[in-house]
Amino acid sequence: MTIQHVVFIILSAIALIGALGVVLNRRLFRSALFLVLSFVGVAGFYILLEVELLAMIQLLIYVGAIAILIIFAIMLSRQALAADDKVLNEQWVLGVLVAVLLLAALVYILVQVNWPVVEAAAPANSIQRLGESLVSPNEFVLPFEIASVLLLVALVGAVIIAREK
Amino acid sequence: MLSDYSFIGVFLVVAILFALVALGLAWLLSPRKPNPVKTSTYECGIETIGDTWVQFRAQYYIYALVFVVFDIEAVFLFPWAVAYGTKGVGLWALGEAVLFLAILTVGLVYAWRKGALRWM
Amino acid sequence: MDYILHLWTNLGTGMYGLFTGWGLPGWGAKLIIDFIIILLLVILGVLSVIVLTPMERKVIARMQDRPGPNRAWPYGLSQAFADAIKMLTKEMILPKRADRLIYTAAPILIVIPALMIYAVLPFSPVAAGAEVQFGAANLNIGVLYFVALGSVASIAILMAGWGSNNKFALLGAFRVVNQLIAYEVPMILSLLAVVVLTGTMATQRIVEVQSIPYLIVMPIAALTFLASAMAELNRSPFDLLEAESELVAGYQVEYGGMKFAMFYIAEYVNILSTSILFSTLFLGGYKLFGLERVAPVLAPFIVMGKAGFVFFFMLWTRGTFPRIRLDQLVGLAWKFLVPLTLVNLVLVALVVKLSANPWAQAGLVLLGNLITLAVAFLIMSLADRRLKSAAPAAMSEANPLTSAAER
Repeated sequence: MTIQHVVFIILSAIALIGALGVVLNRRLFRSALFLVLSFVGVAGFYILLEVELLAMIQLLIYVGAIAILIIFAIMLSRQALAADDKVLNEQWVLGVLVAVLLLAALVYILVQVNWPVVEAAAPANSIQRLGESLVSPNEFVLPFEIASVLLLVALVGAVIIAREK
Repeated sequence: MLSDYSFIGVFLVVAILFALVALGLAWLLSPRKPNPVKTSTYECGIETIGDTWVQFRAQYYIYALVFVVFDIEAVFLFPWAVAYGTKGVGLWALGEAVLFLAILTVGLVYAWRKGALRWM
Repeated sequence: MDYILHLWTNLGTGMYGLFTGWGLPGWGAKLIIDFIIILLLVILGVLSVIVLTPMERKVIARMQDRPGPNRAWPYGLSQAFADAIKMLTKEMILPKRADRLIYTAAPILIVIPALMIYAVLPFSPVAAGAEVQFGAANLNIGVLYFVALGSVASIAILMAGWGSNNKFALLGAFRVVNQLIAYEVPMILSLLAVVVLTGTMATQRIVEVQSIPYLIVMPIAALTFLASAMAELNRSPFDLLEAESELVAGYQVEYGGMKFAMFYIAEYVNILSTSILFSTLFLGGYKLFGLERVAPVLAPFIVMGKAGFVFFFMLWTRGTFPRIRLDQLVGLAWKFLVPLTLVNLVLVALVVKLSANPWAQAGLVLLGNLITLAVAFLIMSLADRRLKSAAPAAMSEANPLTSAAER
């Protein structure tokens, strides 16, 4: 039971409590805040996996941009202040059944598969390696450029849709 | 490298404790005498009219959308910037990054011309 | 004498030896020393409030030709203690129908990222071979850490606005978050220019590599970073949303007592950390013409001195410029600063690949920056002239007196 195990359990608890809070909460704004808690927990996981770049990107984009976007979207709908919605709807039995089946399938896979375990630590210059791979013609330069096209499409679409209001 | 984050973890705990201790100290020292006038919502001295709902302008949402796109663009550029100075990366890396930025600058100009960046 | 010259490192090594002498394992001793360093940093943060607030009020007052607070002994400089006692003992009113959990959590959540930025600020050079370093935590992602924590504060502000159950607090929170997200992109882009020039995001390395302060090498990046940071901190001339003499405190309106003090503390802690970060990235950090190699004990004081200059510059702009309107503010960020920093970034990247000599790089980047600034002002003056000549009606819209007379 090393210190990493303990930290992992704490982070899992934070992420799971956040996730449960999103679906079980009656007030919409509180759900958004629990989502932020879940994001922070996942950022902690990234640090534990020694990819600190992804942890900071998670905080910067998910917490700093997407969570704010979600909260703004909540404010746009007047239902934000119609507090105390019902937590369960009429089909909750079917929902629970599907969720339990999915859980069983996932647990079965997790237990049965022989997961390869990497013992080596992440290289010290991982960010530099990532940057080199983003621009190297043999590696990821095409996804890099296509990502920019994707972002352009998202931006243009957002401007078109939002301006029609 | 992971041990550096133990510093951050301890810092997080100490920061939370600091905030809690400060508020706890104030909770001990401050009086608590709520009355209806004190706890009423502040609206320039008059009574509030209607529920707490504001006319949320869609312009906030548009700014947040444009911000998300440019935030992701900036985040893509961080690993590029770190790897840029090394010997193995040539001038073509600059070309690729300029292409990346140019495509997104087209987006910025589009948003500008369509008035998405104008605060009405 | 040599012991005093390397005082911080020797103290650290001494404490490490002491703790391991008591039988603690290596990591335990390091943990305790980390804890002590963190306590010192938190005390530094709180000290920022105690020192910076009276200094700000006195300096601004002198700029406005008035004495400023002078009742607290001596000459008003212990004003912060009086404020602290007042805020501790004031009632923390809970507005009715406020969401109690969110309302109480917001001030806590705004102080935490403000304090955590101090982990990556380099206060002293790295001593070779010592077990305990008093410099920054050696994070590979120092600069990105600062930006990420700055963006977490936006959530706390939205919580404060929502939890107060007050229309004006909510509106104020939206506007503040709007301002924050508008100025994050120019800030990140100007920081990227520094990272391209240095090749690393670790703040300690950035100080070590800076042979010429980057303020002189790339004034565009430095000044846009300073302007964006001032907008992020809600400092004048961007403080429309907490204008003390106009709007009533925006999203903080329903907060009283210590909870309000938390917002206040967070603001000044952020101001100090941003000043130190600016001096680290653009002014050379703890370097002072090689003094830090001779006497590393002076390094934290050099850092604080430079941060003090930056803070004085912020006060100077506060006392000089009027506030700018919200639409001008947001337009400045998106339409001027973002293209400017993009051009600067491409320029720096081009120069880095053109030559490897740091002096040649510095000269070329400086030249490119000046040319870019000249071109930018040319474009703006042309656009301004076109606006004035093409639409005289538009000009008179700006002046309500003229348009009323024309009607």
